[in-house]
Amino acid sequence: MEMAAASRRASALALSLLLSSMVLVLLGVCIGSTGFGNLLNDLFSAAPGSPERAMAEQIVWNIRLPRTMGAWAAGALLGLAGALAQGLFRNPLADPYLLGSATGAALAVALALALMGGAAGMVGGSAVKAVVISVVSTHWLVRFGLTGAAFFGAILGVLLTLALARGVQHTLRLLLAGVVVGVVLGAATSLVLVFSPDSLQAMQAFLLGSTSFVGWAACLLMLAILPMCAVAAWSLSRTLDGLSLGEATAASLGLPLVPLRAALIAILALATGTAVAQTGLIAFVGLAAPHLVRSVVRVTHGQLMLLASLTGGVLLSSADLLARWLIAPQELPVGVLTAVLGGSYLLWLMHRSGNTLSGRVI
Amino acid sequence: MRLQTRATPSSCGNSLSLGQIHGGTIAADFEGITFVIHINLSRLLAAAALCLALSSHAIQVVDDRGVTVTLAAVPQRIVSVLPSLTETVCALGQCQRLVGVDRNSNWPDSVKLLPQVGGGLDLNVESIVALRPDVVLMAASSRLAERLEALGLKVVVCEPKTHKDVQRVIATLGRLLNVPDAQKVWLAIDANMQAAARSLPQSVRGKRVYFEVNSGPYGAGESSFIGETLTRLGVINILPGTLGPFPKINPEFVVRANPDVIMVGARGFEGMTDRPGWSNIRAIREDGVCVFALDQSDVLVRPGPRMAEAAIIMAKCLVDKAHGAKKS
Repeated sequence: MEMAAASRRASALALSLLLSSMVLVLLGVCIGSTGFGNLLNDLFSAAPGSPERAMAEQIVWNIRLPRTMGAWAAGALLGLAGALAQGLFRNPLADPYLLGSATGAALAVALALALMGGAAGMVGGSAVKAVVISVVSTHWLVRFGLTGAAFFGAILGVLLTLALARGVQHTLRLLLAGVVVGVVLGAATSLVLVFSPDSLQAMQAFLLGSTSFVGWAACLLMLAILPMCAVAAWSLSRTLDGLSLGEATAASLGLPLVPLRAALIAILALATGTAVAQTGLIAFVGLAAPHLVRSVVRVTHGQLMLLASLTGGVLLSSADLLARWLIAPQELPVGVLTAVLGGSYLLWLMHRSGNTLSGRVI
Repeated sequence: MRLQTRATPSSCGNSLSLGQIHGGTIAADFEGITFVIHINLSRLLAAAALCLALSSHAIQVVDDRGVTVTLAAVPQRIVSVLPSLTETVCALGQCQRLVGVDRNSNWPDSVKLLPQVGGGLDLNVESIVALRPDVVLMAASSRLAERLEALGLKVVVCEPKTHKDVQRVIATLGRLLNVPDAQKVWLAIDANMQAAARSLPQSVRGKRVYFEVNSGPYGAGESSFIGETLTRLGVINILPGTLGPFPKINPEFVVRANPDVIMVGARGFEGMTDRPGWSNIRAIREDGVCVFALDQSDVLVRPGPRMAEAAIIMAKCLVDKAHGAKKS
């Protein structure tokens, strides 16, 4: 009985999340640099070939639509990764950036910015950099771009954590290695920035996360990776259900923990790396989305990952909308809004459910 | 530049002794002409008073924090940790008094040889103190000022943000360094800017310009010093003053504004044409993008004495791009 009710609630939640996603995409097409500027009239009623129609097509099709859907996809990837990380580490504080992917990406981006600055003839001040520039031809780097650097930085960060933890057998060792890698790579990033102060502002944009420049290429890439990750994670979700009973129990159930864990970490790294590469380090979505789902409905890990993914999408696309709407035509950093939105909702939930239930929320 | 050394205490001593001899001669040779002697005596007194003011009497300036900074004498050892202030000191002809600069100060060439005391995030208190400066020139928004003052150093905070600020900072530093004709420096900047504006052909006036300072994207609004220069050049800034000096804008705003000319540094131009929708902006479609080399960017983004040079760079860009657009 209770199972059936929970399952119904899960379906209802999924449906409402899907509906709000659609509403958000529609709103996303209507909100731009002039606030709520409906260009759909221009798009459908202006004469074909007229400048109004060309401009409307351009803005709706090339800018607003990919940006809105891209924000949704990035949020969905982060929500999925968050649910995965929390299940994998059996820790409600785990987030997608835990295994060094965020700091790995940040370091790679800082290095790329510093080297590109060198290519543009930046004033040096450090002999180290001059050597690096003369050794590395920066041409390939410019073409490879910040996106590529961020993606491979994220993957390398995770691999470094795995190497430090000597594999995936021990949850605690993994967590600890992740934290250590985070601190060390973070310090290295600061060091790079000290020697290339010109990259500071660009770096800040990356660290706060930004959806401003998500175009079709970025959007489609994320929309292609998302179902791959979701299906793979869903098919492995039984492992997480088993793990939630404790590692010993899971092992006694006959689950091949090591390869399954490695596979889950690969999915985690791919989902996080893809999102981070396109939008920077957007805070809080990965941490909050699974909690938001759990606060509404009791679910298995399979359901949790899909629902957290949808929640992450809704969270980030609404943050993106507000970021460009509130002080249009200026923009707020989207990462600030995800923290404010997700954080305050979570606080309200904890407050409402009172002390007895707060254990379930967090 | 050398002219300014008149203000040093040693040259003061010279003028004082000259005055004495002069007065004495008059008094000895022309007895009874008290009137002349009186004049000379008063000159002598004035010269002495001036010298006291210059060498031993306090110099007082009110800096941009509103703090009154009092120095016992004209500062001879200066550390500047803001490039635009370094440039202002040199434009006032006092480059030789600089004993240390921050890492980003790179103009004029002579300051590159000076000891560097870090820069931006990592200004080094110890190396500043070790240089024994009479005064440290710096921007606000740094906790360094408090620290240095606690260590007994004099700190003058200047925060040039607009053309007016630059004029004021030149006057403040002129007073501080005892450069009597400091205002001439500003008048020259002003005149050169005017000349740059006048050099522009009519076809350039009214062009719509977007100046990007950072790929955030942050643009230069009308109320920034860059925006003020653009206004003086007679072009239209697509970012109105109401948005503040350097707003972070929605990139869609630029696409809709469809500027004729985009001005951007070499680093910022990286990937600009690949931004969603940007390939259709008129400036990008019709070769209207001015990409500034790094040394030019330094000139453009520093609110200091090279603002007229910046205006000339922008004017040249506008002429080139208007010419290109006509051809196509």
